[in-house]
Amino acid sequence: MSLLDSSFWEIIKASFAPDIWFRLAPAILETLYMTALSSFIMLVFGLFLGILLTITNPVGLLPMKIIYAVSDWLINCLRSLPQVIMIILMIPVARLIFGKSYGTNACIIAISATCIPMYARMVEGSLLEISKGKIEAAKSVGSTNFQIIFRILLPETLPSLIRGFTVAVITIISMTALAGLFGAGGIGDIAVRFGYQRFQHDVMFASVYVLTAFVQLIQWLGNFISKQILKKRNLI
Amino acid sequence: MTNIKDKLLDRSNVDEYIKISGLYKTFQTKDCSLQVLKGIDLTVRKGEIFGIIGFSGAGKSTLIRCINRLEEPDSGSIKIGGVDILKLSKKELLEKRKKIGMIFQTFNLFEAKNVYRNIAYPLEISGVSKSEIKNRVLKTAELVGLSDKLKAYPGGLSGGQKQRVGIARALITKPDVLLCDEATSALDPKTTLQILDLLKDINKSTGITILMITHELDAIRYSCERMAVLEDAQIIEVGRVRDIFNNPLSRTGSLFARVYTEFQQIPELENGAGI
Ligand SMILES: Nc1ncnc2c1ncn2[C@@H]1O[C@H](COP(=O)(O)OP(=O)(O)OP(=O)(O)O)[C@@H](O)[C@H]1O
Ligand SMILES: [Mg+2]
Repeated sequence: MSLLDSSFWEIIKASFAPDIWFRLAPAILETLYMTALSSFIMLVFGLFLGILLTITNPVGLLPMKIIYAVSDWLINCLRSLPQVIMIILMIPVARLIFGKSYGTNACIIAISATCIPMYARMVEGSLLEISKGKIEAAKSVGSTNFQIIFRILLPETLPSLIRGFTVAVITIISMTALAGLFGAGGIGDIAVRFGYQRFQHDVMFASVYVLTAFVQLIQWLGNFISKQILKKRNLI
Repeated sequence: MTNIKDKLLDRSNVDEYIKISGLYKTFQTKDCSLQVLKGIDLTVRKGEIFGIIGFSGAGKSTLIRCINRLEEPDSGSIKIGGVDILKLSKKELLEKRKKIGMIFQTFNLFEAKNVYRNIAYPLEISGVSKSEIKNRVLKTAELVGLSDKLKAYPGGLSGGQKQRVGIARALITKPDVLLCDEATSALDPKTTLQILDLLKDINKSTGITILMITHELDAIRYSCERMAVLEDAQIIEVGRVRDIFNNPLSRTGSLFARVYTEFQQIPELENGAGI
């Protein structure tokens, strides 16, 4: 059903037809899979890079000029690439790793390459927020740098880290939709193939519902968890 | 008993328990270098509460932070019980810091941890067993009067309670020295008095040496026997609190004494006419 020959309202009604959702179901799973795996990869490497940036900072726990400058530069470079370009650039890399340049797994590489530097910056921002006094208190009782990072820095900034992660996961979802254009499958792929190429706007509407629901749910969850933590700590 | 005897035999170690000599510290900023400590010499006796007073920017915090090397001085020596803190390796320093407690004006508690875990933290990072930690946390919490707040988070405590947590956290490792950087400056007079009483009690019962920096003369008069006056990066007066107070030789000393006595003597202050 298309907007060209049907009314808006008819398309909305048609978009709840079971056959559309049968078609959408595997795509939803693909999107979930891409989002979950990319988020996990982003979390691990983003945290690592963010911590590295924070502690090797000239005013950080363990100032290391060269490592800081190199990772700072690298992250800026990666962040200056628009998502589409990153997807295209990562095609040969995906072919190298998976033997094919399209598909869900191939796109996870491009998504990670975009989102890891972004989340690293968010982590850096969160970690730099911590008051100098807390670090000094931890130092004054003889903490090693390792203990300061994992027992003070990360737990103290957890609510902020979670909020950043929420925003980043939402970016990943939108990027999976974009990756659909490049053969990644998922909801984006459905929206493009049916909504754009075949004018089946009811299908596109259905995919919009799903994406919207995902984003709302994730934002709500992120806010909820970080709020619960702040409440528990008596900070709000 | 033998322990006390040994300590008495070595008088020098008692009279010069903390011995700071020729301490220099310069802060490099982009366009200038600022000399914050210019040849500090200071000795503190074992088991005393020693006060350091001075105006804002005199270098008090910098001096006290050199003692546990939160700040690295340029030159000089800081000996505690004969051990030069500035010569310790990184690893030795971490161990030594467990024997030098510190409390702060802004308390600096860990907001992610409840009171129990805040107090326990220094032991947790030292690999002490859970049961031993529990034992000591409960004891220390009782000492500072926080037994009923162990499950609370710092966010829900009053200033006085926060500082008690800070004190407990600093004392849990049974340190020999306690550094107080404006420990009562953020508290109201009544709470200040309670905290000072607590510090005095702890000093009496454990024999811990306390180094207290503040700009509140009252706090020093109330708790210290000896004090030093820091002015423009130098110690300009050292002596008994009573002497400095009654007969100050330095500008800062007399200014502090004057401000204090004048405030006491202005009758208008009592009914707010001075405003
Ligand atoms: N990290 C730093 N970098 C540059 N300058 C510093 C630094 N820390 C302190 N200073 C400067 O050193 C001087 C002494 O500072 P310090 O904090 O020791 O003073 P203070 O006597 O503790 O003052 P207050 O009573 O206000 O706490 C000040 O002029 C301050 O600006
Ligand atoms: Mg200060």
